Amino acid sequence: MIEIRNLSKTYDAKHIQHEALCDINLTIDDGDIFGIIGVSGAGKSTLVRCINLLERPTTGRVLIDGDDVTDFKGRQLLELRSRIGMIFQDFSLFAQRTVLENVRFPLAVRHQDKQESYKRAQELLELVGLADKARNYPSQLSGGQQQRVAIARALANSPHIILCDEATSALDSLTTESILELLRDINQRFGVTIVVITHSMDVVRSICNKVAVIDDSRIVEQGTTEEVFARPKAAITERLLKTAGDHD
Amino acid sequence: MIETLQAFFAEYGNLLVEGTVATLIMTTASTLIAYLIGIPIGVIVTITAPGSLRPHPAVNAVLGWIVNIGRSIPFIILLVALIPVSRFIAGTSLGTTGAIVPLTIGAIPFVARMVEGSLAEIGPGRIEAAQAFGASTLQIITKVLLWESLPSLIRGAAITYITLIGYSAIAGAVGAGGLGDIAIRFGYYRYQDEVMIATIVLLIIVVQIIQSASDILSKKIDKR
Ligand SMILES: Nc1ncnc2c1ncn2[C@@H]1O[C@H](COP(=O)(O)OP(=O)(O)O)[C@@H](O)[C@H]1O
Ligand SMILES: [Mg+2]
Repeated sequence: MIEIRNLSKTYDAKHIQHEALCDINLTIDDGDIFGIIGVSGAGKSTLVRCINLLERPTTGRVLIDGDDVTDFKGRQLLELRSRIGMIFQDFSLFAQRTVLENVRFPLAVRHQDKQESYKRAQELLELVGLADKARNYPSQLSGGQQQRVAIARALANSPHIILCDEATSALDSLTTESILELLRDINQRFGVTIVVITHSMDVVRSICNKVAVIDDSRIVEQGTTEEVFARPKAAITERLLKTAGDHD
Repeated sequence: MIETLQAFFAEYGNLLVEGTVATLIMTTASTLIAYLIGIPIGVIVTITAPGSLRPHPAVNAVLGWIVNIGRSIPFIILLVALIPVSRFIAGTSLGTTGAIVPLTIGAIPFVARMVEGSLAEIGPGRIEAAQAFGASTLQIITKVLLWESLPSLIRGAAITYITLIGYSAIAGAVGAGGLGDIAIRFGYYRYQDEVMIATIVLLIIVVQIIQSASDILSKKIDKR
């Protein structure tokens, strides 16, 4: 379970203070696929980066499975991060490492046994359907394939949480579908909690059971996906819904 | 024609071979030592920059200043100014050994800037990914910053090496030995143009070999 309590984040940039997040409260339950949706600049990335403390909250607390992790430092912080997987819009694979080495990276960082970690990496590549690409380099793969590698890498340490920051925003709609399907599959098979940052209502509708709408640094509404889609309360939610494709 | 060449090599062959070897020793040793010191400086300047892994304005500013000052001193002046330092470190300010000290010190700020430039090409994405997987700062430096920029670092090392060949010729003017020394002694003081031309040809060959080797190597290991 991820609990975010009264969290605010202010960036100090050359005498200008920018409040990127304002009094955020969220509870993400185990096994959720939790969507956080908003327009560009709303504060989505900042929020998700506060969960694994890539960004330090200015005020407020972050609790993971009941532990207050907000002030974690040193070894404790690295250990916490290694238990949380993350995937990115631009995939962020290591260009000078093979696909297999990329997937093994989180294990190598923790000095895991070499042979076992290679075996685990190979198994994960099978899981994402890219076992035959193990010796290739990321530049030899399509965007969708690269994101699959990134997902395999995010799973390496058997995390119980995966953070996705616009994971499908750089992909075409068919590839997006297949990546979302893979995430749904991982959620169901391993019970991994997935936090999905997106600006697309289609993505929310496709995989999220719950959603929070963030606008101008604040959460303006949250609930189950069904509720929010059926009875949107905030104006921004209605606007986001209008831009979503009509599937029914 | 062939006889003239034979006569030329009989007279100057040994000298030119020794000169080439001396040049290679000076530049190779200086490049290696300069990288040993320049890589850590380039890394520290990079990670102490604002918004980087370990922001530290004071360390960043001081190192930046030192590097800039080092870069702005003309090599010939550095060479003379460092004579006592060379005596202290290398035991001599003369010859090939003595020249390694000014060459290395001249190259360190150059290398630090080259390394900084190579590391800047990495961009925040991969660094952030490594952080998200619990990599320590040291692991990010070795496994991401240096490893991912290796092809660029190799290209930079070739530029450094070739620049140092040029500097070593200047050092030749104060008795450092090597091809530059020969060119000045024979070509300039004794008007033996053919010796000077031979040294130029040898320098061109050495530079070409290093450039080609670096191009081939960096291309081979670059997987982008
Ligand atoms: N490191 C930073 N320094 C200063 N301002 C930042 C920084 N990161 C993000 N911001 C600002 O915070 C706001 C929210 O950014 P972000 O969380 O990236 O939004 P989103 O992911 O929803 O597009 C933006 O206005 C952005 O300019
Ligand atoms: Mg963002």
